[in-house]
Amino acid sequence: MGRITLENVQKKFGDVEVIPPLNLTIEDGEFVVFVGPSGCGKSTLLRLIAGLEDVTGGEIRIDGKPATDLPPAKRGLAMVFQSYALYPHMSVRKNIAFPMKMAGMDQAEQDRRIAKAATALNLTDYLDRRPGQLSGGQRQRVAIGRAIVREPAAFLFDEPLSNLDAALRVGMRMEISELHKSLETTMIYVTHDQVEAMTMADKIVVLRAGHIEQVGSPLELYKAPRNVFVAGFIGSPKMNLLAGAHADRHDCATMGIRPEHLDVVDGGGTFSGRVGIAEHLGSDTFFHVHVDGISEPMTVRAGGEIGLTHGDTIHLEPQADKIHRFDAQGLRIA
Amino acid sequence: MARAITTRKKIMWTALSWGIGLLIFFPILWTFLTSFKSEATAIADPPVWFLFDWTTVNYTDVLERSNYPLALTNSIIIALGSTLLGIIIAVPAAWAMAFVPGKRTKDVLLWMLSTKMLPAVGVLYPLVLIAKYFGILDSRILMVVILMLINLPIIVWMLYTYFREIPVDILEAARMDGANLKSEILYVLTPMALPGIASTILLNIILAWNEAFWTILLTTVSAAPLTKFIASFSAPEGLFYAKLSAASMMAIAPILIMGWFSQKQLVRGLTFGAVK
Repeated sequence: MGRITLENVQKKFGDVEVIPPLNLTIEDGEFVVFVGPSGCGKSTLLRLIAGLEDVTGGEIRIDGKPATDLPPAKRGLAMVFQSYALYPHMSVRKNIAFPMKMAGMDQAEQDRRIAKAATALNLTDYLDRRPGQLSGGQRQRVAIGRAIVREPAAFLFDEPLSNLDAALRVGMRMEISELHKSLETTMIYVTHDQVEAMTMADKIVVLRAGHIEQVGSPLELYKAPRNVFVAGFIGSPKMNLLAGAHADRHDCATMGIRPEHLDVVDGGGTFSGRVGIAEHLGSDTFFHVHVDGISEPMTVRAGGEIGLTHGDTIHLEPQADKIHRFDAQGLRIA
Repeated sequence: MARAITTRKKIMWTALSWGIGLLIFFPILWTFLTSFKSEATAIADPPVWFLFDWTTVNYTDVLERSNYPLALTNSIIIALGSTLLGIIIAVPAAWAMAFVPGKRTKDVLLWMLSTKMLPAVGVLYPLVLIAKYFGILDSRILMVVILMLINLPIIVWMLYTYFREIPVDILEAARMDGANLKSEILYVLTPMALPGIASTILLNIILAWNEAFWTILLTTVSAAPLTKFIASFSAPEGLFYAKLSAASMMAIAPILIMGWFSQKQLVRGLTFGAVK
């Protein structure tokens, strides 16, 4: 079981309020991703849940039991660090066994769980090596192995894939997702990468300056961002956000249209401009279009076969039902 | 591009290194030679180098006239005891300063170091009175405690420097893995800082072994270590260079041998963290 509730949880470092009072419930078995730009307090929030930082105010409950004043060791949570944080002086086997040794588990059970984790994580051949002799991906797997053998109430991941190269990252992303499917244990995952958030999460928590901007499933956030910040942060490439005359026409302060919801038309169209940079990915083409009267270039996602290049004129028409409207405070207008 | 090293340069540097090495080693060599001379040869002018009648009479004289085994035992107990006690106190202190620093941690560290700048004589009288009050003058326990206190700032500083090199993530991982403070220090911090702790121990043993001011002033017979043993050969009967040299050789031999065997560890420890 791993239901985690935060009630008015607050954190100050000296006079600086990193997390203003905040409420959040994480259901048992959920995969929750905390996402936001760097410095938004997502890691701090995770460390508060872990117990590595003390809260300034508020209450943390794990499975209904107060955990606010419990040391990390007593919370029954496991954590995977960005730096892996393996014990360099211990073999892989001893690294994985460490939490069980601390719990005083008997040796036979320890061996059984190590064997099981090693098989699941492809580490069987490396059990007697030191972390220093492993690759980045293998180290990350050892860190995950060390976390799963304890059968914790919840897993906490602090940007676990940031130190891996791009190809490995995609692979590990899927491994962690599969792990969640098979263990059905609560996972809280911190990342600044919205692609990781979208692909892995059951529930995304978007944070900015310690505030929760929106909580929802990836598609909810994609389809109905609650404000301009979430609209700009979720989705890749970024949503085009326009103010001024274009927004006025839709009776709002800011209008938003995602690159994939702009159709390239032969003539006319709401927006006409010149192609700046064209990124040909094969399956898709991203055009950065300079439209008169709009300072930032607009991004358009078009099919892979469109042969427009730098300097060509392009006509764009937004899909009417996909336009997002925001008021002067930046909040969504339904 | 690698720097070109010519044979001539190599010879020059080698000669220079040997020159400096011999210069530093010379007093020990001279003491060694003198300890095998007769008193007359010892003060001969011009000095005699190797061609004299080698004799071990000084050593037998020294052993007959004084209690070398007792002084040696005292030195060992005081050096090891003060080091052990210092480490036990300094590990938690350095842990706290390195991993949970407060606003004043830096000040505390500097203040600790500043005690080393205090002229030792300044606290001699109060210390003698305190020791007298507790009836522990000329006792091993007094010397262990005093030498521990004298060297504690250095031990804390060294350990603090080594601990700072250990990523805090790893200690946090241990906490998440269910380790309490004791297990964290015992199973994670100490093994990772072992090279540092080892060189701190070695250096401190050497410092305690060589400490002369307090040991000479606060001991008479029963707790007198080798420093006092050497000093006792210079005072009342005038200077007997050959016997003094023999006593010195006997006093420094154990620590010299220890230093010889552990020099690799010492150098590694002192440069620990300098190269990542």
